[in-house]
Amino acid sequence: MSRNPNRPLSPHLGVYKWGPHMLVSILHRVTGAGLATVGAAALVWWLVAAASGEEAYEGFAGWATSWLGIAIAVGLSWAFFQHLLSGLRHLVMDIGAGFEIRGNKFWATMTLAGSILLTAALWLYIVMVRGA
Amino acid sequence: MIVETTRTGEPGASPATDPATGTPPARVRGTGSAREGAEHWWHERLSSVAVLMLFVWLIVSLLRLPVLDHRGVTEWLRDPLAAVPMLLLILATFWHLKMGLQVIVEDYVHDEGNRFLTILLLNFAAVGAAAFALFAVVKIAFAAAGIAR
Repeated sequence: MSRNPNRPLSPHLGVYKWGPHMLVSILHRVTGAGLATVGAAALVWWLVAAASGEEAYEGFAGWATSWLGIAIAVGLSWAFFQHLLSGLRHLVMDIGAGFEIRGNKFWATMTLAGSILLTAALWLYIVMVRGA
Repeated sequence: MIVETTRTGEPGASPATDPATGTPPARVRGTGSAREGAEHWWHERLSSVAVLMLFVWLIVSLLRLPVLDHRGVTEWLRDPLAAVPMLLLILATFWHLKMGLQVIVEDYVHDEGNRFLTILLLNFAAVGAAAFALFAVVKIAFAAAGIAR
């Protein structure tokens, strides 16, 4: 696209001071993209393997319970909770609420704390209660 | 629509209307609003609430299953009360992720040709993956009635 070099450019991401609200906004996209690719692939693999029979399912389960599989599952669960909480924050902002800078930053920080807390609670439950 | 047809600007100025059709060039080239932005925005929100409820259901259901091996999962999915929400989950999830990824593509893929191709492939991939997942659930669910075994 052609651009008149005499006209000023709007400053890009690099000039802004980072804050929780900016981080959460970007994380919403990053986690969404991760869930939409890696998460969706895992969901389809799990279901197709279950429909294909016991042997295919063992193949999936072997991967899912390997160290790499567990690391990906922990990452996906954190991404899910972060996307869920920042998505709820977006729904609140969609009705025009929560734009005051202090409250906005506070709830952005709360989504970060909440996603880590929920991820820890989920895996603690899986390890302690289910003993998996 | 009221079309301005009498404008005669100085030489070299772009005409407000196409002389042949009497239609503004922007309208001929299709550079205006598609008037579908609000619908896409609303569907993104609508699907987000559906995905939220269905994934809470899925996570709670899986945590409540006694075993997550092949037998445990397929027997659970044979129950219509598990198979139907799972089908809805697949539809809502792939609908939602298709819209989300498309917005990212529209923001970051600047070349018009690449953008068109990426969105085309994204739509095919989302529908294709959803179809495989839906088929898998239907196959497991109908095996109970001896139809697909």
